[in-house]
Amino acid sequence: MSGSPKNLTPFANNLLNNTLGTASAKHLYVYSQTFYTVMSPTNNLPEKVSLNLGFIPLTDCAPLVIAKEKGFFHAEGLSVNLSRESSWANIRDKVAAGVLDGGHMLAPMPIAASLNLDGLNTPMLTALSLGLGGNAITVSRALHQQLLALDAQVADPYHSVQALKTLISQQQRAGLPPLTFAHVFPFSCHNYLLRYWLASAGIDPDKDVRLVVIPPPLMVSALASGQIDGFCVGEPWNSQAIAQGIGAAVTSTVDIWHNSPEKVLGVTCAWAEQYPNTHQALLRALLKSAQWLELSEHRAEACAILTAEEYVPVAIQDLRVFERGEFQYSTDRPALQVPDFNVFYRYAATFPWVSHAEWLISQMQRWGHIPSSINAQEVAAKVYRPDLYRQAAQALQLPSPLIDRKNEGSHNNAWLATSDSVDIAMGRDCFFDQVNVEPRYTDA
Amino acid sequence: MPKLNILLVDNDPGRSAIVKQALEDAGHNVIAKLNDDANLSKNVLALQPDIIIIDMDAPGRDTLEQMREINRDQARPIILFSAPNDQRFMQEAIRAGVSAYMLDGLNQTQIMPIVEVAIARFREFQALRKELDDTKSKLADRKIIEKAKGLIMARKGLDEDGAYQLLRKNAMSQNKRLIDMARILVSVEDLLG
Repeated sequence: MSGSPKNLTPFANNLLNNTLGTASAKHLYVYSQTFYTVMSPTNNLPEKVSLNLGFIPLTDCAPLVIAKEKGFFHAEGLSVNLSRESSWANIRDKVAAGVLDGGHMLAPMPIAASLNLDGLNTPMLTALSLGLGGNAITVSRALHQQLLALDAQVADPYHSVQALKTLISQQQRAGLPPLTFAHVFPFSCHNYLLRYWLASAGIDPDKDVRLVVIPPPLMVSALASGQIDGFCVGEPWNSQAIAQGIGAAVTSTVDIWHNSPEKVLGVTCAWAEQYPNTHQALLRALLKSAQWLELSEHRAEACAILTAEEYVPVAIQDLRVFERGEFQYSTDRPALQVPDFNVFYRYAATFPWVSHAEWLISQMQRWGHIPSSINAQEVAAKVYRPDLYRQAAQALQLPSPLIDRKNEGSHNNAWLATSDSVDIAMGRDCFFDQVNVEPRYTDA
Repeated sequence: MPKLNILLVDNDPGRSAIVKQALEDAGHNVIAKLNDDANLSKNVLALQPDIIIIDMDAPGRDTLEQMREINRDQARPIILFSAPNDQRFMQEAIRAGVSAYMLDGLNQTQIMPIVEVAIARFREFQALRKELDDTKSKLADRKIIEKAKGLIMARKGLDEDGAYQLLRKNAMSQNKRLIDMARILVSVEDLLG
């Protein structure tokens, strides 16, 4: 039986081949070109120096903002304009069309673009992760009270989701309408971690609850108006809902999957091929920015920069988890230390682990968002580019892991990754349902 | 073109008034004009528009993306108002497909052609998706038939052609489609095997 049926238009054939994972000649050509990198020691000046990068107002746009405001872009000979965008779809479309050179993207976005799920036929890649973690699941005060009545320890993923399962079963028996949870984009880590968490307790995310998409800056008002019962979103929007007494967090996403992937720097494959030196300069600037952000003594300054009108205009106390690693799950409980809530550089946080992409693709398949016939390894290796990362890290004499993939979920404790120079101290990467979870609030 | 029900989402009253007028002059029906997108998914579900025209800078774009992913059968074309400084981008985007972009400052006569192009492109994309879905299900059917043939070959000691003929004969005598017969065989085997 031949791989692709006859009587399809060339575009349909492409779409089909792309979706089924047997790359057509055209795509092989495109991808093979992206593996070619110009490495000329005498001529590595950026081909393009004036860049437009898009971002969404979230704490984890910090590496981009700091690179601009602390002069890391400038030091690499780049003049960068940061453009605040109102939706992930806008960033994707503008990057695809070349109005933006690249942007703050949700980790699954370049994967979705490369599989042509958006219909734009513009493969994208990432050579740098903008950090790990940074999200939480927050529910309305009313729902929080109901969950607490079932289990006083609601604040970690295990106790919270078990209580939620009990509540949903009760509500179904009473004939009540399903609860509504929001996340931020169909192809987002939020969507897949929320689904993972719900499904762990036997809650079917497509049947037992209603999942909707709401842009991050509108989450808090949607929760306040009762339009939704809970959400999974990045900071500072959880902290803002909690501080305003509108909601309470039931878990952070780093408690669901420790040191999980989140945002990446996304560019089109064509752009990376056309401007290899610019891309490397961009990666170097962002690596320096992530290193700068890593130091706790810089966080107060970073907060002041980030909350400026043109970036993330929120009250500075909404950034407390970013500034001090303290997360307050609800106003009636003390803030707790969650030092790994946002990780910017340590634990090889900037490294584009191919295994991160493979996990995300496996979840896209699990929920029927892409066919199971897609070869996850093949797609992941085209979209996530550790080779380009290593080139940038090497130029700065920073260590890079020697492996492209780690065994996700297998590290219950801190571990060491072998690098080309000193070994890298890594954080755990286990999932909450595979280890013993300690309640966040033991006094409850 | 049949009469279309159109949902307009725009907080620029001047612009949306011009577009509304152009659409109505062309015989279409603007079923609602929303100033913001706070309850967008609810409104789309309640109003069931044939087409949505929304400000590109409305954050609700991501909500529409989600609705497109979930309700493939109920997907609808989306047209975005775009700022003049993104003109180059719009032209690219229109060429790229799915969504169409409508420039600010268009005069009334320029609006309907954009709507028509957007609908044509959208139908083209939907047809491709359907073609793709059909092909995928055909491939899946083929796999089940192969599996059923394999089971018959192993049990009855037949060659591939013999197994296929037996499957076909049984399907015909029971007035079933070949794929349904194969499915029964495979599920029985899963249960008993």
